[in-house]
Amino acid sequence: MENFIAYAGVAILALMLPIMYRIIAGPTAIDRIVAVNVIGTKTAVLLIIIGMIFERVEMFVDFALTYALLNFIGSIAAARFLNRVNPTKSFTAMEAEESKE
Amino acid sequence: MIIDTISICLICIGIVFFIGGAVGILRFPDFYTRMHAAGKGDTCSMFLILLGLGLYQLHEPTLANFLVFGKIMFITIFIMVTSPTSTHALIKAGFEEGIKMWTRNGEKKGNVK
Amino acid sequence: MYRLVIFLLLFGIWIIFSGQFDYFHLSLGLISCGIITAISSSFFFSNRSKSFGTRLGELMRLPGYSFWLLWQIILSNVHILKMALTPGEIKELDPSLVRIKTNLKTDFGKYALANSITLTPGTITIEIDGDEMLIHSISKHTAKGVKDDTMERKVARVFEGGGQ
Repeated sequence: MENFIAYAGVAILALMLPIMYRIIAGPTAIDRIVAVNVIGTKTAVLLIIIGMIFERVEMFVDFALTYALLNFIGSIAAARFLNRVNPTKSFTAMEAEESKE
Repeated sequence: MIIDTISICLICIGIVFFIGGAVGILRFPDFYTRMHAAGKGDTCSMFLILLGLGLYQLHEPTLANFLVFGKIMFITIFIMVTSPTSTHALIKAGFEEGIKMWTRNGEKKGNVK
Repeated sequence: MYRLVIFLLLFGIWIIFSGQFDYFHLSLGLISCGIITAISSSFFFSNRSKSFGTRLGELMRLPGYSFWLLWQIILSNVHILKMALTPGEIKELDPSLVRIKTNLKTDFGKYALANSITLTPGTITIEIDGDEMLIHSISKHTAKGVKDDTMERKVARVFEGGGQ
């Protein structure tokens, strides 16, 4: 069972690589932020797996909780920052263009 | 034994859903559709994997293990509530930024003024 | 009354997180939960006009709703998985914007509906503007599905006392 958990951790780590590609190649800034957000959630899971392998779950679970909190706050802050750059746009323009067709 | 089997099944299903999310993030054509893959695949795979790990923690029922299970469930519920919120915040930021949207007939429309 | 509930909630979280049951840690928890309740109890439960019975009713109906939501989340993941692993060109992909109106009154109800829409197959809420929601839908099929109001009625039944 310990082996299985280690393999699951390796699988999660391997699946982070394609998302890493999105961070490097992503055409816009928000694409990169989204990819970082996904990797952050998975890192919280990975921390618990590391705790189970080293048999110190009660310590690592606190790290995972803190990491999840920071991840959420970070993505909200990034969204707010990008919002502030372009504050006054509404979705009416896009809809008008759609209804024209 | 039964708990171990259930947790192995949950972790495997979670990893399969994570494969779906990762491939979706890699393959989908524009920001909005990638957001679908990121927001949903992320939430569900995280939920299933953490549930599996928490159940595995319960295989010898002591008080300390129950507390760890409670903490893991707290993380799970926290991410379940906050993940759609951050998805919503990010997609709104992208929308107001004016990122182009991919549609079926090949042309791209953005939120231009 | 509300202060007592908040205090008990915070103390429960303290016990889960500290995991120690000697007098020193418990008294530390009592002191800090008391200070937090005294300073910031007005942050929780913004609408205090509801009676206690209504709150209890909401709490009783919440599990059924969350199990239904869980099932929807799994369905939406199967949908994403199927779409992502289609070989070649993805035929089903046909994004569009949909706009719907809600009848929900409270802010929390709208928040719950927006989160539920985000977690169900193929739709994401982009913007809530008064009682209108702008939704990005990933295919024609899901765009049709979002227009019927099963989910809205479910949310209304849980969070607004079935007044619809």
